[in-house]
Amino acid sequence: MVEEKPKKKMALIASQGTLDWAYPPFILASTAAAMDMEVKIFFTFYGLPLLKKKLKAKVTPTGNPAMPMKMPFGPKFFQNINWPIPAAVSGNMPGFDTVATSLMKKTFKKKGVATIEELRDMCVLLGVDLIACQMTMDVFGFEKEEFIDGVNLGGAAAFLDFAADADIQLFI
Amino acid sequence: MTAHDETLDCKGLQCPMPVIKTKLKMDTMEAGKVLRMITSDPGSCKDIPAWAERVGHTLISTENTDEGFVFLLQRGD
Repeated sequence: MVEEKPKKKMALIASQGTLDWAYPPFILASTAAAMDMEVKIFFTFYGLPLLKKKLKAKVTPTGNPAMPMKMPFGPKFFQNINWPIPAAVSGNMPGFDTVATSLMKKTFKKKGVATIEELRDMCVLLGVDLIACQMTMDVFGFEKEEFIDGVNLGGAAAFLDFAADADIQLFI
Repeated sequence: MTAHDETLDCKGLQCPMPVIKTKLKMDTMEAGKVLRMITSDPGSCKDIPAWAERVGHTLISTENTDEGFVFLLQRGD
């Protein structure tokens, strides 16, 4: 009989709501839960929309100069081209972010990366505690009904109380 | 092929899904039973041993085959 070890704990703050930045908290949280850790994610500011029933996370190449601009289709040499699109173009062209978002989603799907929705479902299934920042909800006018079921509300003290005894604390 | 009780195909899936699917599958198995998991994700070669040790399962073997990376895992208590 193996002696029962106390559960490791992980406390995350998810503060970004773009498609690219939505991945790290959900990947780490689902994996940590799969490793029998107790996990809480505190969603604040622009991370809050990641709790909405219908996710609309986008990605923007403008302001992300390191983001590879590659096509998810065509011959290999074509897919390997990193298109040099100046921010002055991407930032001024209407619909550019929508196109970039769609290309990133296609690339991820092709490579077998789970969607944000799938990873979020896994977090819920594995018992990750999703906490919405009450203050940000009030400031940006979010209602609890807009969020997926099972989301809890909390504030800074509630997060810190858990984080103080957590083995891993990350701000994302 | 080494004896096993259950199989799981995680080919085509990227991190962290092979670990998560393996966890969910192992949850349905009894202690001592052996799972054969196959994946195309090379990252699993580091991730599966780390996960198994953390949660108390035994990694019996890891094999790099033409089909993919094959893991034999025995469920702990």
